[in-house]
Amino acid sequence: MKFKAMSTIAALAITVPMWAMADPDDDVLVLNGETEMVTKTAAPAHLSDAMDEVMSGWHFRSDETQTMQADDFDNPGMVFVENAMAAWETPEGSEGKSCASCHGAPEDMAGVKPTYPKWNDGAETVYTLQMAMNDCRTKRMGAEAWGYDKGPAIEMVALMSSVSRGMPMNVAIDGPAQATWELGKELYYTRTGQLDLSCANCHEDNYGNMIRADHLSQGQVNGFPAYRLKNAKLNGVHSRFKGCVRDTRAETYKPGSAEFIALELYVSSRANGLSVEGPSVRN
Amino acid sequence: MASGVKPRVKVPKKAAAGEAITIKTLISHKMESGQRKDKEGNLIPRSIINRFTCEFNGESVIDVEIHPAVSTNPYFQFDATVPEAGEFKFTWYDDDGSVYDETKKVAVG
Repeated sequence: MKFKAMSTIAALAITVPMWAMADPDDDVLVLNGETEMVTKTAAPAHLSDAMDEVMSGWHFRSDETQTMQADDFDNPGMVFVENAMAAWETPEGSEGKSCASCHGAPEDMAGVKPTYPKWNDGAETVYTLQMAMNDCRTKRMGAEAWGYDKGPAIEMVALMSSVSRGMPMNVAIDGPAQATWELGKELYYTRTGQLDLSCANCHEDNYGNMIRADHLSQGQVNGFPAYRLKNAKLNGVHSRFKGCVRDTRAETYKPGSAEFIALELYVSSRANGLSVEGPSVRN
Repeated sequence: MASGVKPRVKVPKKAAAGEAITIKTLISHKMESGQRKDKEGNLIPRSIINRFTCEFNGESVIDVEIHPAVSTNPYFQFDATVPEAGEFKFTWYDDDGSVYDETKKVAVG
């Protein structure tokens, strides 16, 4: 009996500081000592009944991890961005063209990433950045499409993201994209798997709390592609979705599927106003 | 032969004489430990950077022996005192005999 009482006290003593630690901090992210990033801002209008403030996942990480992201030399994700810079200049496919042949320097593409996923008039569907790249590769370069969320594709997304860092996420949710956005919203609030969890159960109702040994963030995607310390590589949004859905013990959708495209559009719209951070550094 | 190897170094361009400056180095390298097996069950041969050195005007600053437990893209950060203007020379030694180097000048003033 006495032992039991003591262990309860010990357990309390351990868990109380853990709860405190799980809260997001108020640090400020300044990139390379120059660009101040918006990592907390008022929630976009469509979210107003769910939350007041949206926060980057950066606030939920330890100081050490946060510091890694603040400097391009320390950010391991930038190694992959450099690979993409080389790929940008390399002609591929039957037309002998590289990305640079039409688009100039990667820096000229600043402002592109924050608007994706977006409606594509030609294809009459919502395009993610990777789909737009593959369109270029197959139709204009005569090259093979990249596999969804695979190495070369995710590195190129990281390059596009890196030149847009500091710009606010700004995806359009009205007009022709609205139907897709509605589907994404439905998926976000639909419980899946044996654990019967929706995205909202963790990332809306419980952000700031612990999920086993890790902090639950708001699940914002402004930092993607994210370099994760656990697997030492860049991770795409759809791969992260897949991991989350798998963790609810459900059969997952595939990266690049219509469901994940819709979900990416919806989740991106929840981050409207936050600075683009990719490649970010996360656990 | 390891592919995609590229050394990177960050050193301040200027320092006061006698000041300790922070040096950051990173080399992209897959650091294959020699313990892993491929799909057929054969050992993947070891291929790592096994030594890293830094010299300032020919004088040794740091000399590191690296073993297979060090993971991909080894990163070293250390402080060095700069007594006079000069040049840092960084050298990485690969298992396959390749040597990668990088130099950075530091001005004093």
